[in-house]
Amino acid sequence: MQQQAIQAGTIETTYREAVREAIRDAIKRDERVFLMGEDVGRYGGCYAVSKGLLAELGPERIRDTPLSESGFTGAGIGAAMAGMRPIVELMTVNFSLLALDQILNNAATIRHMSGNQFGVPLVIRMATGAGRQLAAQHSHSLEGWYAHIPGIKVLAPATLEDARGMLWTALQDPDPVLIFENVMLYNMTGMLAVDAGPVDIDKAAVRRSGHDISLVTYGGSLWKTLDAARTLAAEGIEAEVIDLRSLRPLDDATIMTSVAKTRRAVIVDEGWRSGSLAAEVATRIVEQAFWSLDAPIGRVCSEEAPIPYPRHLENAAVPQAPKIVAAAKAALGRP
Amino acid sequence: MTATADKPRLSRQHMLELLKQMIRIRRFEDKCAELYTQEKIRGFMHLYDGEEAIAVGVIPVLEKRDRIVATYREHGQALVRGVPMTTVMAEMYGKLQGCSRGRGGSMHLFDRIANFHGGNAIVGGGLPLAVGLSLADRMRGNDIVTACFFGDGAVAEGEFHESMNLAALWGLPVLFVCENNLYAMGTALALSESETDIQRKAACYRLTAEAVDGMDVIAVEAAARRAVHAVRESRKPYFLECRTYRLRAHSMFDAQLYRDKAEIEAWRPKEPIVRFQVWLQSNGMIHPDDASRIEAEVDAEIAEAVAFAEAGTWEPIEQLTRFAYADRAAPAVR
Repeated sequence: MQQQAIQAGTIETTYREAVREAIRDAIKRDERVFLMGEDVGRYGGCYAVSKGLLAELGPERIRDTPLSESGFTGAGIGAAMAGMRPIVELMTVNFSLLALDQILNNAATIRHMSGNQFGVPLVIRMATGAGRQLAAQHSHSLEGWYAHIPGIKVLAPATLEDARGMLWTALQDPDPVLIFENVMLYNMTGMLAVDAGPVDIDKAAVRRSGHDISLVTYGGSLWKTLDAARTLAAEGIEAEVIDLRSLRPLDDATIMTSVAKTRRAVIVDEGWRSGSLAAEVATRIVEQAFWSLDAPIGRVCSEEAPIPYPRHLENAAVPQAPKIVAAAKAALGRP
Repeated sequence: MTATADKPRLSRQHMLELLKQMIRIRRFEDKCAELYTQEKIRGFMHLYDGEEAIAVGVIPVLEKRDRIVATYREHGQALVRGVPMTTVMAEMYGKLQGCSRGRGGSMHLFDRIANFHGGNAIVGGGLPLAVGLSLADRMRGNDIVTACFFGDGAVAEGEFHESMNLAALWGLPVLFVCENNLYAMGTALALSESETDIQRKAACYRLTAEAVDGMDVIAVEAAARRAVHAVRESRKPYFLECRTYRLRAHSMFDAQLYRDKAEIEAWRPKEPIVRFQVWLQSNGMIHPDDASRIEAEVDAEIAEAVAFAEAGTWEPIEQLTRFAYADRAAPAVR
């Protein structure tokens, strides 16, 4: 494996660059693919994801739109129904609410409602999450809401490999796929194989093996959870960290296999606690692995308030490693 | 397209076809209303009574390859487009043999073969779809026109304005057909719009816009020929406001508390079928027995459609979640 990695070669890159490369690659590989959204062209993308692509790929394939989230998301749906493979970029999950009518009432329903005559092979990407002091209208994590909706798939790439690889697989999917990119990951740097390519989009991944407790998370919280796992390890607790990767469908098997081994679970989710994705995961564990559990399931979620602007309040509002450590210890009955 | 393609065709055969299509819609829907009272048809059902000249004037002007996006008041559009009456009626019943597998009902007729992209029951929700369908056609160089039907109520939605702007900005081959029946469900246009001259709003977005008497099938057809020809030649959007009136209630649940009976009666003489019939008679283009022959033909078709729907089957409950996603899983990679 080591030898293969060296032969294949790796490069240092960022999450942002990995997403950009995925977009560039998809547009070059498939003439049906194009990117459209607010400021994706001349500005280079609100988070600079598509910087440079307009000059390389032209305004037909890197299409700036007016601030008309519902209009251009619906246009993406129509174009997908007519055989294109659009990538619609919504600046943030908060803005996606302006397009929710199109996402829910059209993208998610048309295949079923038309008796399978029409499908919507569309990808919608958007930024999600807190941490940049953008306050209560740019910082929320609503991917759990979207995961409620049958008819769409919901992805949360947390690693460079997934940032690079999920897009192409999502574009091959015959149904609408929403990709949530946590804003705190864009600057993340790491090594990525030069030939990194498509990855599966329906399996969770065990990012750290352990036998004492399962920490189930996704997206931006993955790295905080891995930090927490290192702290726990220093105290002799070996946590298994599961990256859900796909929030809809959920990979129950990977979760239950882990819980069957560790007998304890804490779910870490940047969404609000009430009615959260964490609640869904916890319920599934109760339904499918109740008799394996040695302790109540724990949850570390965002506090029940809009995300505030000041750094200290924002940090306190969302899951952080010390809270994850505390929740894990509570599940283990450790002081 | 020939040089005279945008001129009205006034042959007797064509006139009879226009009349037949309008009668076909009217009598189909009369039957639906009857079946609704018998609880064969349930849910929301919106009838097109008084507005038939729009679908009949516009849709036959389109080519087979062209696309249609419609609203929840779309029985007429579907029938004129060639969605078989049998499968439309089976859909009204909710039967598996319906044009949407019975899953959509009255408000969600779809037919891929007819390029009928659905009845959309979110007011204004179909307009962005039409923009996207035509964007795909423009990007691929397809000579396809998308005709998008919507009512005056949609004009108050943001999606209307977003779609007008996108279609004009990007130069997309869409024919927007506004069926202005003066009421957004129960709210009169004058009570919901500061500017009630709808085509002026569209013109603000720099697309060609015109208004036509939507209860005069010849006028609608002539305008539609102009409009479709213009869209095909210019590859740009065109806005056709068809001024009409809904003679029946908004839906089967509507007690019509918001308008006077006198108002409805004042509109009734303008209704498109009788008016067209009288005009044809006064011009000697129709024989006295033509109308009764057409009605007999249509009644036979309706009887066949009802029999088809009655004989249809219910989708097995085991298939309830089927097609929430495509049956085919995403191809395996790596």
